[in-house]
Amino acid sequence: MVEQEGFRRYVAHIILWIGIAIVAFPVYIAIVASTQDNALIANGQMSLLPGGHFFEVYYQTIFVGTSGSTREPVGNMMLNSLIMALLIAVGKIAISIISAYAIVYFRFPFRMPIFWIIFITLMLPVEVRIYPTYKIVADLHMLDSYAGLALPLIASATATLLFRQFFMTVPDELLEASRIDGAGPLRFFWDTLLPLSRTNMAALFVILFILGWNQYLWPLLITTRDDMQTIQVGIRKMITTTDALTEWPVVMATAVLAMLPPVFVVVAMQKLFVRGLVETEK
Amino acid sequence: MANVTLRNVRKTYTGGFEAIKGVNVDVGDGQFCVLVGPSGCGKSTLLRMVAGLETVTGGEIDIGGKVVNQVEPADRDIAMVFQNYALYPHMSVFNNMAYGLRNRRMPEAEIKTRVEEAARVLELTSMLERKPRQLSGGQRQRVAMGRAIVRQPKVFLFDEPLSNLDAKLRISMRVEIRKLQRRLNVTSIYVTHDQLEAMTLADILVVMNGGQVEQVGNPLAIYEKPATTFVASFIGAPPMNLMSTHPDEIKSQLGGAASQAGILGIRPEDFVMTDQTPSGGVALSLTVEAVERVGAETFVYGSRAQDAQRIAATPGELPPGEVIVRIPGTEAPAIGAKIRVAAVRNKLHLFSSDGRTRLEA
Repeated sequence: MVEQEGFRRYVAHIILWIGIAIVAFPVYIAIVASTQDNALIANGQMSLLPGGHFFEVYYQTIFVGTSGSTREPVGNMMLNSLIMALLIAVGKIAISIISAYAIVYFRFPFRMPIFWIIFITLMLPVEVRIYPTYKIVADLHMLDSYAGLALPLIASATATLLFRQFFMTVPDELLEASRIDGAGPLRFFWDTLLPLSRTNMAALFVILFILGWNQYLWPLLITTRDDMQTIQVGIRKMITTTDALTEWPVVMATAVLAMLPPVFVVVAMQKLFVRGLVETEK
Repeated sequence: MANVTLRNVRKTYTGGFEAIKGVNVDVGDGQFCVLVGPSGCGKSTLLRMVAGLETVTGGEIDIGGKVVNQVEPADRDIAMVFQNYALYPHMSVFNNMAYGLRNRRMPEAEIKTRVEEAARVLELTSMLERKPRQLSGGQRQRVAMGRAIVRQPKVFLFDEPLSNLDAKLRISMRVEIRKLQRRLNVTSIYVTHDQLEAMTLADILVVMNGGQVEQVGNPLAIYEKPATTFVASFIGAPPMNLMSTHPDEIKSQLGGAASQAGILGIRPEDFVMTDQTPSGGVALSLTVEAVERVGAETFVYGSRAQDAQRIAATPGELPPGEVIVRIPGTEAPAIGAKIRVAAVRNKLHLFSSDGRTRLEA
């Protein structure tokens, strides 16, 4: 970076600060609102400084939930979301790395047609195929279950393509050296390809975990029991209340809580994530 | 320890392209065989067929008295050193060498002994815990060698192992490889496009071109009596001068031999600058076009008289009429000077006019 002098540097910094403020302000408001008294917010007299109800609001949110609309502790919702997001992320990586391995390293009949079929599913996200998917999941009696939440979302053309591209950059000589070293297809996959894909897997995990965590439509459709709700669905349900005030502090606390796991995943895997995106270790 | 015998080995790809057109080579136990040829001549393909990485579409590959056409690479008892080394990037040097042994379920104690012995020989002992990316090119090359040595295979296969190293390292590694092979006395097949590497390493030299073997034999014998014009111009640097025997200048000097032969070859180092014509030899008048002085020797690029340039020998003579002469480094004729160079009778090489047959002068 070129160091700039005086005035121009201040201008640059001011612009950056404005940008940060625009992004951060709503988050700040959410945090502040989650520490206030509900009546105050309902009156439109919300302070811009944190209130004194932090512990009681978060305690209520995590262990009790709203008194009206959801009746489900947010702690449980988070657990559901976490299980779903982990199943989706891990499942997607596992399935796609195996299918990419098959497509890149094996010659079998209809290899290219199969590859193109996988490729075409890129154009068919859950929203498009939602009715048939729902029907299948319902017929398999997987409504209101973790399997039903995660399974239909696991197949991933994007991740398969990504691993395919990565595998194609791995020198053929590594495979040949493995063959001479007496490693069969499984050993080569396990001993060489998986360790080499580590950074790619980490990058994908971050993206896919957030994708899974933020699922809304699908969980909304297939979960009916309160104890199977995910946090994204829960927030929405908390806001629409009939005959009662929306409990904004609880809603905001839930929103803040919903942010934490993705933030944690990004921070924890940042190093690997960036490495996975910008370089390949060869 | 094993012989490697190739009997009429062929490789045809599914598209119909014939990469190897029937190769017969016999490498004796403990011998160092070098496959040399220009890129695309099929030498690497042939090596990979011996390794089992390419299928064999015809003929037989025999290692130690057993036909291995259908045997998996791991079960052929061979070890291979790749051009880009193909080290496992995520494994330490120790594990790189130990991997093949572990897959063979060798006891960990013996693996340790073998790897440490190989590391000692290759001076890698202090680097056993490092990853390949923390090593220099020469060190990686030695790890790749180590991975081959610890297996104690019947045959070593080398696929241009030195071509990624800088010139100086290449020469020292070349000597190392030869010393190591002599000491271990393991049959080796080595692929290279570098004729100098081929000459210095080989017990048996196999010169390949277009999927076929042009000549097999002792490197010096091949240098002295190349069987075809291809071999003549490929082995030796700078290449042998090949010229048509038809221009009068040569025809008159060669006498009867000229009528049968179409192409005359003379190595640059066999010329001397002299005004006399040795009896039975050939003398040429040249105009000096360029001079390269490299210290110990001087290369003179001369062009012959106009009429000689019009009758070019194919294959071989490029550009027509140009002759390279190697003279001691103390001499350097001026550019544009007229010089006369001569070669004695037993330094002449005569070939049929298609260049495929050597004629004894």
